Amino acid sequence: MAQPNIQDSLVRDFAALVGAEFVMTGEADRYAYSYDAAALPPVMPGCVVRPGSTEELGRVVSLCNHHGVPLIVRGAGTNLSGGTIPQHGGVVVLTNRLTRIVEINEEDLYAVVEPGVITARLAAEVAKRGLFYPPDPGSQTVSTIGGNVAENAGGLRGLKYGVTKDYVMGVEFFDVEGQLIKGGSKTVKCVTGLNLPGLMVGSEGALGVFSRITLRLIPPPQSARSMMAVFASIRAASETVAAIIAAKILPATLELMDNFTIRTVESFRRAGLPTEAAALLLIEVDGHPAQVADDAVKVEQICRENGSETVTVARNAEERNAIWQARRDALPALAKLKPTCVLEDATVPRSRIPAMIQALQEISREYRLPIGTFGHAGDGNLHPTILTDRRDKEEMERVERAVAAIFERAVALDGTLSGEHGIGIAKARFLEQEVGAATIGYNQRLKAAVDPKNILNPGKMV
Amino acid sequence: MADLHGLAQALKQLDDQLVNCMRCGMCQAVCPVFAQTGRETDVTRGKLALLEGLADELLKDPDAVNDTLNRCLMCGTCQANCPSGVKVLDIFFQARAILTGYYGLSPVKKAIFRGMLANPRLFNALSFIGARFQFLFTKKADELLGSSCARFQAPLIADRHFNTLAATSLHARTGSLNTPAGTSGLRAAFFPGCVVDKMYPSVGLAVIKALNHHGVGVYLPANQACCGIPVLSSGDRQGFNRLVEQNVKLFADADCTALVTPCASCTATIKELWPEFYDGSADIGAELRRLAEKTMDISEFLVDRCGVAVFEPVPGASVTYHDPCHLKNSLGITRQPRQLLESAGAHLQEMEDAGTCCGCGGTFNIYHYETSKKIGSHKADCIVASGASTVTTSCPACMMQITDLLSRRQSGIGVRHVVEVYADRL
Repeated sequence: MAQPNIQDSLVRDFAALVGAEFVMTGEADRYAYSYDAAALPPVMPGCVVRPGSTEELGRVVSLCNHHGVPLIVRGAGTNLSGGTIPQHGGVVVLTNRLTRIVEINEEDLYAVVEPGVITARLAAEVAKRGLFYPPDPGSQTVSTIGGNVAENAGGLRGLKYGVTKDYVMGVEFFDVEGQLIKGGSKTVKCVTGLNLPGLMVGSEGALGVFSRITLRLIPPPQSARSMMAVFASIRAASETVAAIIAAKILPATLELMDNFTIRTVESFRRAGLPTEAAALLLIEVDGHPAQVADDAVKVEQICRENGSETVTVARNAEERNAIWQARRDALPALAKLKPTCVLEDATVPRSRIPAMIQALQEISREYRLPIGTFGHAGDGNLHPTILTDRRDKEEMERVERAVAAIFERAVALDGTLSGEHGIGIAKARFLEQEVGAATIGYNQRLKAAVDPKNILNPGKMV
Repeated sequence: MADLHGLAQALKQLDDQLVNCMRCGMCQAVCPVFAQTGRETDVTRGKLALLEGLADELLKDPDAVNDTLNRCLMCGTCQANCPSGVKVLDIFFQARAILTGYYGLSPVKKAIFRGMLANPRLFNALSFIGARFQFLFTKKADELLGSSCARFQAPLIADRHFNTLAATSLHARTGSLNTPAGTSGLRAAFFPGCVVDKMYPSVGLAVIKALNHHGVGVYLPANQACCGIPVLSSGDRQGFNRLVEQNVKLFADADCTALVTPCASCTATIKELWPEFYDGSADIGAELRRLAEKTMDISEFLVDRCGVAVFEPVPGASVTYHDPCHLKNSLGITRQPRQLLESAGAHLQEMEDAGTCCGCGGTFNIYHYETSKKIGSHKADCIVASGASTVTTSCPACMMQITDLLSRRQSGIGVRHVVEVYADRL
């Protein structure tokens, strides 16, 4: 295990800056920051620092650069790409003391937050003021806004409301020298300079360190209606997805569960799901009450026209909750089958979902691995979940080959390696396959220009 | 390093359970200790990773892992919310036992667990003497709560406001009881638990009053031993076995429908930890499981078995209810205590975060008092904000912690067990 030599003088400088209790150098403390939520081997950092203000954060960045030491920013460490594993050792910088919601502006509809603010907390504070912050990654109760922006996190509402990038209006971040860089603004329109927010969203900690983020807020939908449609074939379910969009209806959420997942969830919760069904679509339309009523009828009709035998429309909050509980149960239920879950997020254009599902079934057979597939059918973002045991070396090798096959098939279907989890360590070696060597070279030159000593999350993405 | 290797081998027993943690980190949302410290070593994911690191010999610092493991309230909230269903409490109890085996039990703990707790007569005698002389060291802090604080600087007590030992313990007041089933046709074995017996006899008396009222025969044998949770939490499996054996023998002959306790921790311990962790003589296995199966929280017994009386609402005063971790997280009991309060005509005013830990965590409060106070401070805020004049709960350990919190604030809010509120109306 790597234990790069962090000089004692640097540790003393950190301690003088942020306070000794916020610098961790003990073996156990460092080990606790050697992993994230990806099923990858742990790597220990040399030390862990928790700045208490953005000023301190900037100083920490410049100290790391001065010493040429890798710097890995970590929020809640829930990312699934290995993006916060300190691959080359160095300093893990925690943002969990930078948790101020600086401003929620109800007139101009934006919020300014520090990077350590927890997503669900922001959403709740915004909701208290009658506004809406839509991105809802699965880990939102613990994930941080800084992490969401760095990974361009998605969620269940991606189809209608978009993902994190659609809500980032402005960013303030430190460059490697600890200088404060500003991009974007609090205005709806802004074409001043390079689109730095665009550059920083999804940059996985490789180009700068966020100190403040300005997020767009919107009015919440006034009403919503949920339904569950049962299909005898995946093809019928996928065609229904296409037909709903073609009918000019944009549901807030349009989720798919395959038979394997349905059976697993059913044996987990016994909520009466149709275990014979090849697929379920869980759909929610929202907006103006009249529009919602209209859309719900049309969606129900489209489901039936495309071969759905039963469509259950929730009549009250309890029934609505039952529908979404089935979706919320998907990962926990699959997770309980085997010790290790490799949760992928290969994404294809919506029209290619049937082909992708078929490919996943073939891969499951070929590599003799159980794969449960659920996910955001509406935006083509599927979560094939491979069930395994990370202690079984032979099986893990098959998992690795199966994952490579999943990416290959997704890219061949005009899809992408990652819909919402990011590249990190997990997918770095597949990147060229999707974007080509020239693109990687361009990324590398960009990175070298802003981070000449390559201290910002080295070894990730490119 | 031979020792460390031995420790790693011992921890390997936990491998099948440790591997289930997929490091999703969702425990960060619910862990009361992590909420205060923000350190990964203080949240379940971190602790499980460290145990695995030690087992895999990637880590060479058992002291730090041991410290980390002890910085846990064992409230079970993470387990109740874990997407992968990791049996966190099981793992931690076992890991603590393994680490205690590695370090050996401290002489003080050995004296308490195997000397005092395992000898109810001695424990009773010591608390009798303690109750006589405690006035020398303590002074009154809050009249309403009956709390005291230290008269002199005392490291173990610090600035705690606590309920002193009762002048007359429950067992001294009632002696042993063995009454036949009355109108209900039911008979309950009664396990008050150490804290109720020695500190809150009024809770025990309320239980007996309620059982009598409902025509339930009571079996209360003398010389009950501690349920064993502090002993098991400290990793002393041998001491735990002894306590379980003593109690099982004591209750073995009772012809009772249920074994009731007014202590959430005792209930969860007898019901879940006895069958799971007792690994002594096989002879008592069947009897132990039979007892565990019929163990019930007092509210659960009164509401589900006795059919509680419903009283006219009491005007004005309102009560709020704090869910003890051992009832809510371990046993999933949240409805019956509230129903008991409402039956008593109390106006139940729910507090925010009623189900989050008060920060007591048994011995956690002793070793990590500052963190315990911070966690409790949020609970106290919620209690005060509820506007209720009394906070009720179903666990005497929570009562101690909440009394400390409210007494130091001089909040004017009373602390009672739900069964006391019910018994008042009988």
